Amino acid sequence: MTTTEIAAPRSPRTRGNGTNWEKWGWLYMRVSGVVLVVLIFGHLFVNLWQGTGVSAINFAFVAGKWADPFWKWWDVTMLWLALIHGGNGMRTIVNDYARGRTTRGILKIAILAAVALLIILGTLVVFTFDPCLGNPSSDALIQMCAAK
Amino acid sequence: MWLSTEASTIMGGLFVSVQTAGTPPKASKKKPRPAGTLYRGNEGMWSWVFHRITGVAIFFFLLVHVLDTALVRVSPEAYDAVIGTYQTPIMGLGEVGLVGAIVFHAFNGLRIILVDFWSKGTRYQKLMFWIVIGLWVITMLAFVPRHLTNVFSH
Repeated sequence: MTTTEIAAPRSPRTRGNGTNWEKWGWLYMRVSGVVLVVLIFGHLFVNLWQGTGVSAINFAFVAGKWADPFWKWWDVTMLWLALIHGGNGMRTIVNDYARGRTTRGILKIAILAAVALLIILGTLVVFTFDPCLGNPSSDALIQMCAAK
Repeated sequence: MWLSTEASTIMGGLFVSVQTAGTPPKASKKKPRPAGTLYRGNEGMWSWVFHRITGVAIFFFLLVHVLDTALVRVSPEAYDAVIGTYQTPIMGLGEVGLVGAIVFHAFNGLRIILVDFWSKGTRYQKLMFWIVIGLWVITMLAFVPRHLTNVFSH
């Protein structure tokens, strides 16, 4: 058995000279949290409150929103901030409850993979969206796509 | 002489006579609870518990929500078919739960930020928890009837 090095009393805590990632993660949760409150409340207001709420959502509704770059950037910002915020939260929970070193590693890789994959997918979907895909379902779309 | 039930249980049958012979004070119906030895959870703990549970729930919804929205890149029919399931009564009730979780997580998250950065944050953390609950109730009272009307009448 190897002897464990015990630091002398009152010796300063050493954390290595690298970046304190946990601190930046902690700060990220708070900064992104405030922005997400605004972005998600706005998202819920437009999609679930205005008009007839959830029953009005369809392809044409999305096409209408994403015709404006404002909503494209709104949604992409929300996508990145929320997935990283959620992924970091899940990482914290895994660190708290998963006992084995291997289990923790596998779970955190799975979280990272899910977050990275969905960020890439979501970003591509927003910026390559084609409102004229398939059969345009609303009059406004039919006119717009016929003009193309 | 009166012994606490815990003490007499520990002593087992040896001192049963003490327990039966004793006269427990009937006036104090509240059992004396140990203070300061065991954390039994107050506003601080429950806000933390709810924050975790709502956070995990929102995360898993987010995974699904990005995937269902990605169907707009497949075809309008595919997207409309899947979003149509969000408009059913059962999913409508699920959305009440989702919005409830988001609203709590949002307000309590702001409370956490105030606890961390506001100099008086820790002093008012209990009060702020109840403000969070109050704002949650108000938001849900505004949202739920309107949302359920949309779900059940369209």
